[in-house]
Amino acid sequence: MNLKKTLLAMTLGSVLGFAGAAVAQEKIRIGVSYPTPTHAWAAGMNWHAEKAEERLEALYPDIDLILVNSPNPGAQASALEDLVSVNKIDALVVLPFESEPLTDPVINVKKSGALITVVDRGLSQPGIEDIYVAGNNPEMGRVSAVYMKGRLKSGDNIVILRGIPTLIDNERFDAFMSELEGSGINVLDHKHANWNRDDGFEVMQDFLSRFPDIDAVWAQDDDIAIGVVAALKQAGREANGMFVVGGAGMKETIKSIMDGDELVPVDVLYPPSMIATAMDVTVAAFKSNGPVAGRYILGATLITPENAESFYFPDSPF
Amino acid sequence: MSETVTTQTASNRLPAIDFKTLGPAIALLLLCIIGFSLNPAFVSEGNLTNLLTRSAFIGIIAVGATFVITAGGIDLSVGSMAAVIAGVMIIIMNNAVGSFGTGIATVLIGCGCSIILGIGAGWINGFLTTKGKIEAFIVTLGTMGIYRSLVTYFADGGTLSLDFGIRTTYRPVYYDSFFGLPIPVWVFIVVAIAGWILLNRTAFGRYCTAIGSNEAVAKYSAIKVDRIKTWTYVIQGLCVALATIIYVPRLGSASSSTGVLWELEAIAAVIIGGTVLKGGYGRIGGTILGALILTTIGNILNFTDMISNYLNGTMQGLIIIVAVWLQRGEWGRRRNSKS
Repeated sequence: MNLKKTLLAMTLGSVLGFAGAAVAQEKIRIGVSYPTPTHAWAAGMNWHAEKAEERLEALYPDIDLILVNSPNPGAQASALEDLVSVNKIDALVVLPFESEPLTDPVINVKKSGALITVVDRGLSQPGIEDIYVAGNNPEMGRVSAVYMKGRLKSGDNIVILRGIPTLIDNERFDAFMSELEGSGINVLDHKHANWNRDDGFEVMQDFLSRFPDIDAVWAQDDDIAIGVVAALKQAGREANGMFVVGGAGMKETIKSIMDGDELVPVDVLYPPSMIATAMDVTVAAFKSNGPVAGRYILGATLITPENAESFYFPDSPF
Repeated sequence: MSETVTTQTASNRLPAIDFKTLGPAIALLLLCIIGFSLNPAFVSEGNLTNLLTRSAFIGIIAVGATFVITAGGIDLSVGSMAAVIAGVMIIIMNNAVGSFGTGIATVLIGCGCSIILGIGAGWINGFLTTKGKIEAFIVTLGTMGIYRSLVTYFADGGTLSLDFGIRTTYRPVYYDSFFGLPIPVWVFIVVAIAGWILLNRTAFGRYCTAIGSNEAVAKYSAIKVDRIKTWTYVIQGLCVALATIIYVPRLGSASSSTGVLWELEAIAAVIIGGTVLKGGYGRIGGTILGALILTTIGNILNFTDMISNYLNGTMQGLIIIVAVWLQRGEWGRRRNSKS
């Protein structure tokens, strides 16, 4: 099956190669592979990838970016094979669906001589990628805790709504807790709300019934925060300096921060546009006169009314 | 098997406690006692209203599922159906703002479309099962995938949000109360009563039970099997539409994560309530208790930090199995025969 596919790809590749040899020999081809969106953050990521393609191809006529999104890890592995055999890419930007099943396919791309840029989710073996671009999960937790400490005093009570039980969630949570240590702020309880509005609403309703005195909420995520805000308003407990800190950078949240919302006064960035950063850096590897390879860990910027404008993309789905 | 169980219950109804009927009620009572002992705030008015309102979504859908399952079918598409109906409703209402404003008219248009879509989607499931002669499991597994991907497509992978003006008009449908009970709870009560009458006091209900017990015999008894079965799916679709109408004003949004696993929760509620999964015996009252039990489990787990968050699923699974065992287990019967 695999041999057949490879043979087919080789034949196709050579035919295309003959046809395209004269025209496209000097074009730099960069494949960009990422998951098909199943949630809002990923939809934003897809949108930013398309925007970056338009912008970079207009800027450099000799750069050809090939965008492919795949609905599952298997499809993404096949897409990577096709990018090598059919498109003959010089570089690959990949946001792996899952680390484990895509490590080998990416190694195979590397064997073809292509430059490898990995985005967000690392591969399960070190040293494969030339460039690594990612958000910073522990930093997200830390920045949120620093903001909490600035607004609250010793003896104040907060509750935490966590995401889906995963490594990402643990990294954020552990960093938040260690930054909060010694501040005297009480964490009443923490429950998983699965990065989901409905779960955020229900978990927050229960927290409100259970704890009569809550001063602030760390929702970790903008979707959860929307559910939390609805529950607070339902219980009439949104006043008296109550505030909610979310995360990610959803456009609706950023808009309301720009408008001076007091209930959700800030947001912590975990940008879906990191795919665009990765594409920029990869193009720079061919265009810049400076060295580019290395690890790029994006900041978990605190979005406030002052800087919100530069993170606001009204056309993005997220 | 279902027949023997039924006769068993009938003969034991007088002498002792009927565990088959009371099982779910006992389980719910036990849960409430546990909840209260963990935290007295569990029985606060606020929490009880939250619980009832939350149960309304799964409860209303489960009333519909009781008919489908009693007639020997299954509907796996309800969660995705709710998501796609919510999505289309939001799109329609947002587009209607231009011509009808942000008043009640737009909300009514949205609700009307929801009901039409629900009935239509239910009819498609029913038609493909009966006339298409495809197993209900496969038909609804297919439509489950179709509806789920449609809502993702409509939302462009993101989230569909209701226009802010309509949200203000529509919001009371979820948040307001009427004689001390939130409106979703009233809808739940009305649907439950209507479902109970339909299943227990009409020819239609008896036909559902007959088809679920033995489809061939029902056919020879001149019951229009295909028509009745299609109707059960239409009722299911209507229930999903009603649940969606009270769901949308809660957060005013729909996305691909809306209604995930609702189908399994609805089926679990039906089975906890005493309806037989392979059909032939259905209990609306039990279904309602089943829905309340499921919501209460989640609520109690949020009220305590004694159990690791990672074990929430374990607790839910255990309680579901125990609740069903309470009514199916031999121990109730043995006690009866002794007396």
